[in-house]
Amino acid sequence: MTAASKKMLEQEPGEMEMLLPFHAAGTLNARDARRVEEALARDPGLARQYAVIQEEYAETIHHNESLGAPSVRAMQKLFAAIDAEPARKPGAALNLSAAIAGFFAKLSPRTLAWSASLGALALLLQAGVIGAVLVKNQSSTFQTASLSTGAPITRDLGAGAPPRALVRFAPEARVADITALLDHYQASIVDGARGGMFRLQFGSTPMTKDEVAALMSKLQGEKIVSLAVSTP
Amino acid sequence: MSVTQAASDDVLIARIAQGDRLAMQVLYGRHHVRVFRFGLRLVRDEQVAEDLISEVFLDVWRQAGKFEGRSAVSTWLLAITRFKALSALRRRKDVELDDEAANAIEDASDDPEVAVQKKDTSLALRKCLTALSPDHREIIDLVYYHEKSVEEVAEIVGIPENTVKTRLFYARKKLAELLKAAGLERGWP
Repeated sequence: MTAASKKMLEQEPGEMEMLLPFHAAGTLNARDARRVEEALARDPGLARQYAVIQEEYAETIHHNESLGAPSVRAMQKLFAAIDAEPARKPGAALNLSAAIAGFFAKLSPRTLAWSASLGALALLLQAGVIGAVLVKNQSSTFQTASLSTGAPITRDLGAGAPPRALVRFAPEARVADITALLDHYQASIVDGARGGMFRLQFGSTPMTKDEVAALMSKLQGEKIVSLAVSTP
Repeated sequence: MSVTQAASDDVLIARIAQGDRLAMQVLYGRHHVRVFRFGLRLVRDEQVAEDLISEVFLDVWRQAGKFEGRSAVSTWLLAITRFKALSALRRRKDVELDDEAANAIEDASDDPEVAVQKKDTSLALRKCLTALSPDHREIIDLVYYHEKSVEEVAEIVGIPENTVKTRLFYARKKLAELLKAAGLERGWP
């Protein structure tokens, strides 16, 4: 007689048979699911009970699905009640952490994940640059902290630089939309996402002032762009 | 429910806490049918169940800022529904159901014995599921239909996790007894 059969006669549920319904519904953790699978493989009595459970599972779903759905009256009643609620003052009573949470809540999960990936990429690049500088400087045995190259410390903002812009994407923008936009404009992200803004560079050749203005105007007209500002 | 949807539900709740009506519509659209069915199985009255979902989602609108995300939003919704349903049942405890309401509850189809005679075991099983006690119906629905884990059922019903497992076992045993009484042997127990 199998262990499960003995338990059934004693009318005391065994641990495994109590887990069977959850296994059928797929809600056990990996460890318990594996234990149940092993028990099912070695105990035919338990396997028969599992077959019965699968039938119950299917019929319970069938029965619930046959209950129908509520009428539109329920929704009308709900939103009438919501309309009657006192207006909220978003942000007025929020502390800093709630405000930050609110900002991220406004972004779509995809935009959020995309921003996080960009942030990670920026960190990686930064680490790479620091690493490269350290490796390059290893040849010298001693160096003062003073600037000795005589090179200007400001960036070259001459006419040779391709145009750049600060862009904020709409919260509902999807990764695929943003990628398509970057391809279309031959743009690349050179910095982001600070305060929800990305710094984009367009192409590799410089543009005239008028061309840049036209580009910004066109960009601002894009559905997934909520803000586009030209920047050095 | 997928992990993605659970995460997305959390985002909706955060928006609702900010007074975002559109987020409320999305959350309602996503969950109202399951909330209705869970409520209906508890209160057994369509009108009461409809009133119930309005109350449940209005609570969500008001309490979204207090949701801490320690459980899934769907689990939170079912816990609120259960609380509201029990309150509704207590309110009408002494009120006799009139014939019309009783007819609305009673299924016009065959009783379990007739269903078995007609070899319709599926129908017999569904009739016996309806005949279970409220506690047993509730736990079977939560585990099988709403696909809630041991921990989630414990949170919704407010009982220890071990009690969830044993209650479900005895609910299934009762179901087997009802089926046996109707002439349907399934080889367990």
